Amino acid sequence: MALVTTTKGQMDESLLEKREGGIDDENELTTWVEYWHEGELVHRSAHVILKKFPSLSGEAASF
Amino acid sequence: MANTQAMCTSFKVELLTGTHAFGTAPTRATTAADTFKAALYLATATMNASTTAYTATNEVSGTNYTAGGVSVGAFNAPTSTSTTAFTQPTSSITFGTSGSPVTLGTAFDAVLIYNSTQSNKAVSVHTFSSQTITAGIFTLTLPTNDSTNALLRIA
Repeated sequence: MALVTTTKGQMDESLLEKREGGIDDENELTTWVEYWHEGELVHRSAHVILKKFPSLSGEAASF
Repeated sequence: MANTQAMCTSFKVELLTGTHAFGTAPTRATTAADTFKAALYLATATMNASTTAYTATNEVSGTNYTAGGVSVGAFNAPTSTSTTAFTQPTSSITFGTSGSPVTLGTAFDAVLIYNSTQSNKAVSVHTFSSQTITAGIFTLTLPTNDSTNALLRIA
């Protein structure tokens, strides 16, 4: 029996409707999981994996 | 042999360790690394390159979220590969735990990394797809700590 933390306390996962989704683009790889109970969102977690971030550029100028 | 004009790679790494001060620098009480924090901002906020310091304006709020956000923990020791200096936190940044989940009901899409040791001065803003959290956990995992991907890189 897997328990899920919800707005109504710990609930058995079998009582809940699970929905999952995600985004994968040049900026991030994101996944989320939602649990619904009788039409109500009772849990939503998200995991964002940040991808490459623009670097600072250091240059030495000519005199 | 020939001379080559360049920004010295060692200097780039030393910028990340606060070794050089071309202007008036803050007085440091210790040689230890500063403490950095991460705060989340609403999708309606305007955090960007002009942001100079942490602000509570348009920061998220909700159950088990403390204004100012969370500590990001230690950073990897600044280093370089080829001519690029880089560093980033050693571990993921997490808001909430299974025993203390957060609820952030208003959409947010940005995190500000800032220096809580140095007057909350801003370091960087990172954006992502708009999110809400309900009795859950929000985790930010960082890219690979290398010269191509690390969060903070001086090329």
